[in-house]
Amino acid sequence: MLLSVKDLRTYFHTRSGVYRAVDGVDFDLERGETLGIVGESGSGKSVTCHSLMGLVPQPPGRIEGGTAMFDGTDLLHCAPRRLRAIRGKRISMIFQDPMTSLNPYLRISEQLIEPLLIHEKITRKTALARALEMLEAVGINDAAKRIHHHPHEFSGGMRQRVMIAMALITKPEILIADEPTTALDVTVQAQILELVKKMQRDSGMAVIFITHDLGVVSGLCDRVQVMYAGRIVETAGTRTLFHHPKHPYTIGLQRSIPSLQEKGRALFTIKGLPPDISKDFPGCPFAERCEHAAPLCNKKHPELAPVSPAHSQACLRVQAGEI
Amino acid sequence: MTAAAQPILELRDVRTHFPVRTGFLVRRHAGAVKAVDGVSLALARGEVLGLVGESGCGKSTLARTITQLVPATGGAVILEGKNLTTGATAEIDAVRRDLQMVFQDPYASLNPRMTVFATIAEPLLVHKVCTPAGVTARVAELMTLVGLAPRFMQKYPHEFSGGQRQRIAIARALALNPKVIIADEPVSALDVSIQAQILNLLAQLVRTMGLSLVFIAHDLSVVKHISDRVAVMYLGKIVELGRAADVIGRPRHPYTRALISAIPMPDPDLERTRKRIVLPGEPPSPINPPRGCAFHPRCPHAQERCQVTTTPLEKLEPAREVACIRAGEIRQ
Repeated sequence: MLLSVKDLRTYFHTRSGVYRAVDGVDFDLERGETLGIVGESGSGKSVTCHSLMGLVPQPPGRIEGGTAMFDGTDLLHCAPRRLRAIRGKRISMIFQDPMTSLNPYLRISEQLIEPLLIHEKITRKTALARALEMLEAVGINDAAKRIHHHPHEFSGGMRQRVMIAMALITKPEILIADEPTTALDVTVQAQILELVKKMQRDSGMAVIFITHDLGVVSGLCDRVQVMYAGRIVETAGTRTLFHHPKHPYTIGLQRSIPSLQEKGRALFTIKGLPPDISKDFPGCPFAERCEHAAPLCNKKHPELAPVSPAHSQACLRVQAGEI
Repeated sequence: MTAAAQPILELRDVRTHFPVRTGFLVRRHAGAVKAVDGVSLALARGEVLGLVGESGCGKSTLARTITQLVPATGGAVILEGKNLTTGATAEIDAVRRDLQMVFQDPYASLNPRMTVFATIAEPLLVHKVCTPAGVTARVAELMTLVGLAPRFMQKYPHEFSGGQRQRIAIARALALNPKVIIADEPVSALDVSIQAQILNLLAQLVRTMGLSLVFIAHDLSVVKHISDRVAVMYLGKIVELGRAADVIGRPRHPYTRALISAIPMPDPDLERTRKRIVLPGEPPSPINPPRGCAFHPRCPHAQERCQVTTTPLEKLEPAREVACIRAGEIRQ
């Protein structure tokens, strides 16, 4: 086991109330595995990963509880120095918008070698040589010249390649990818997904891939967990999740994808809106939108329970065998 | 041509070029961004035309050119026989109510200081289609039509979710009983489950109100679901046009093929077994597009003659036009 997250809770304390962005999330990540985290905006998928990396602004955010064990270190409670030694070295992250996450003032070369200079005893010269190698590996043509350019001289897809090069230059064991292709066009998205797969094959790292697009997950991930209102509602191997989803939310999400539906018919919709996570709900967060909701669903908090060895879901009525 | 067969909206060789100037004191004309470069289309009554392409292909500029938010630099936009690009201002204003637009970002396209009532009532008052006394009733009717409760009339946009805001924007577009609606990426900013709600609403409105719709999106699966016909744009030009099921099911232009194969399928077995065409590079700059076919530098089937000859949109089979000289030779 490479990473084991138990009962992670991250709340945001704001003037208008306590937002339970992540409310009791458990998952494990094996070496070399690709885990997809799927959910709509506000479901807590990004905050989950930001919490692991110590990137949640505190205040207003606060890690209220839980552990995240990575090679004997609890990422949530270890000293900042220890986390800094891991972050950017053994666990790296890439973000949605490569324009705002690269420093516009610095040349790509400076930004690429920064993690090496910080984490490894290495001279500038060898660092630059490795940066160049990395830039070539992510498919940037004419890398020897391009390495001295500034981010604004790159297109969106090229910037995302630079981000990936920067994240992978320290040969991390885990790469967290937070919607890395959302801002890109489909043909460029296809290039970046192929690149992530190739880099993973070459280095054997584990990947946590956050996305709202079930299509992206289907080709890339070994295992998928679906989040809703700060909780994991279903987790399974990719094929099982797509072919035999159990939780009503997963089923609804899958059924609302236009490409799977017959043309001319009205699209299946999940009625209503995601709940207000600043309010405390004793029952299932999905109950008010669920077509199968029973009185019990508003009272009892559902826990993830196994359907089969590698497949768990959190719907009381499915667990009771009623659906 | 009979009245029924006459298209409600017609574009004839529409061009929208933006001048590029260089120099600080002495401004020099240094070429043009050819955002829309010779687009001809006809939209039938009650038809939904999907317009797809990647960012920068000119689909939004085309939408803005149709609604006269950006002046066309060439060609004609003809709405019900009236040429919007050359007509007198007063005449155009009268036709303009028949042509309305819904924008991509419902957070930016609604005035945060105007209540829902003020937003939807504005076109009614500007075009004097309602007496001031009748406005409230009409706004309530429009809100009900798009699935919003009229009791929220006095609320402000920030009190609504993204999907609800898009409903407000649709109600505003419908206020003047338009004949044509141009929707520029109306669901791209929304979550999947909300996307489906708005798509259903649009499809239902088209059916019940006899609207014609130009639906712009970069997501082909969304376009396929809602459209009767699909036009694919690349670098300011239409490269393929045909019935939605045909274009997406059996694409003939190499660009359309690559675009469709790039869409991740939400089915792991299909996704892992199918062959994907990964295009090299990114779309070239519209300031200095490649000679010949603009797609040739990225095209897996390009030959020497593609670098020389520009191919216009040509009829390849009934109800299908493709702009590729090799379209007839390339096998699926």
